[in-house]
Amino acid sequence: MILILGVLEEGLIYAVMALGVYITYKILDFPDLSVDSTFPMGAAITASALLAGINPILTLFLSFAAGAAAGCVTGLIHVKLKVRDLLSGIIVMTGLYSLNLRFAGGRANVSVLTKDTIFENPFLSDHMPQALNPYTMVLILFLIILVCKVLLDLYLGTRSGYLLRAAGDNEALVTSLARDKGMVKILGLAIANGFSSLAGSIYCQHKGFFEISVGTGTIVIGLASVIIGIQLLAPENGVSLLSRLGLPQVRPTTAVIAGSIVYKACISMAISMGMEANDLKLITSILFLIILVASTERRKKVKVHA
Amino acid sequence: MLKLNNINKYYNAGTVNEMCLFQDFNLSVEEGQFVSVVGSNGSGKTSMLNIICGSIPVDSGTIYIGKENITRMPEFRRQRRIGRVYQNPAMGTCPHMTILENMALADNKNKPFNLRRGTNKKRIDFYRELLSSLGLGLEDKLQVKVGVLSGGQRQAMALLMSTMTPIEFLILDEHTAALDPKTAEVIMELTGQIVKEKRLTTIMVTHNLRYAVEYGDRLLMMHQGHAVIDKAGSEKASVRIEDLLERFNAISIECGN
Repeated sequence: MILILGVLEEGLIYAVMALGVYITYKILDFPDLSVDSTFPMGAAITASALLAGINPILTLFLSFAAGAAAGCVTGLIHVKLKVRDLLSGIIVMTGLYSLNLRFAGGRANVSVLTKDTIFENPFLSDHMPQALNPYTMVLILFLIILVCKVLLDLYLGTRSGYLLRAAGDNEALVTSLARDKGMVKILGLAIANGFSSLAGSIYCQHKGFFEISVGTGTIVIGLASVIIGIQLLAPENGVSLLSRLGLPQVRPTTAVIAGSIVYKACISMAISMGMEANDLKLITSILFLIILVASTERRKKVKVHA
Repeated sequence: MLKLNNINKYYNAGTVNEMCLFQDFNLSVEEGQFVSVVGSNGSGKTSMLNIICGSIPVDSGTIYIGKENITRMPEFRRQRRIGRVYQNPAMGTCPHMTILENMALADNKNKPFNLRRGTNKKRIDFYRELLSSLGLGLEDKLQVKVGVLSGGQRQAMALLMSTMTPIEFLILDEHTAALDPKTAEVIMELTGQIVKEKRLTTIMVTHNLRYAVEYGDRLLMMHQGHAVIDKAGSEKASVRIEDLLERFNAISIECGN
């Protein structure tokens, strides 16, 4: 039971980041590596902010804003300085490493275990029934991801959201609509990295510490979650698992969240089967490779049948 | 009125591959004129459209719409007054969005892309009506993704979408070239109808000499960055396909192929 709760908690935290990767990778078709640094940025800012006595809920918004700013930088480097998408992300990722250390007060790890967080504070201990205690974190995380998902879904249904989707689908059309496609991309990257940084903030409050290396491999986790989720539950063309079971198709955002949880479950299974925690990143990347190959294989088959 | 003055454009300037595309090229298009442009490959037809739309910059010269100098205006800003349909039917629509969403996108051109709902429910009947004018049955497929439509259906939508909001110029870049003859005919008829209805100033590049002769009130034949034929009004009306073919042959003998 504890194992399941752990998987759910981790999965839901990373799902916030995966929503961001969904925007860049699936909607904008932009391989954005800056999430690897905006995730720890959220954690660093949150750690410092909590130590400075700032309200834990406020740190969520702070982190989102900081992540969005970093996303803008990636976008500006790509759009205005005409640097290739992958490289723009790498530049920001590398530069932010140093900045993150500064945000954390010059230290590579900061503990906030003694501080109030969104998971542990007087309000919760006063109002949460004792029986729900083991589930508090999952419930709060569920609430956060629900808000993020609904807001993102609503946004994608607005005129601005339509334009974002058009920018990834057909850049020429954005120009035809008399809009600057570069600005649309920057906006998308800002929202995506805002989500990534927000996830970092939640991660920091969940674990009770910031550590500079928490961001390594974030993009792989994000991509894996997006690909698993979309392939399983909301494929663009073809029959999903759900429709085979006679259930209605879910929105891609829901699928991405489910993908994140499934992915974390796979990792946790690999570890419980005897892999060492030191091998975590290796497992992460091998699993990602398997997912990538499996998903392209399926695409090929579809083509053969058609 | 659209005016190109003394346009110079070189490709690969300063290298051994330098190629002069336009040298002192001038063109003025009156309001409401429908210009058909023909010419062999590499004669500068599509480059001319790209220069007008701002897809490629000019080396020197000026471009005016009315009294406004748009030479340095970025491409996307020029598109406020221009509707453009490309040769590739995929360029004018978003494949992963539904027909309804595509129509709504086009309808929002020149309006703020803010946080209001992307699809205005009150406009759906209007979109249906527009789509049914195509006679392709698209009005019953509003929730279908555009990616599954055929090239002809997509091009019809692209034409509809680019002329949905008020524009001054319609730029057609071989927009029937990728379609089968029958669909091309349908799209061409539709084009003529829309241009007439909305009184659009139109520039149409085509390889189909019959369309060039049948449609429009002015005909340009481009060769090596110059207009070797430029006929308007009654002169244009008397042009026959044979005349154009003859000129084409003369040019290719001149060029040695």
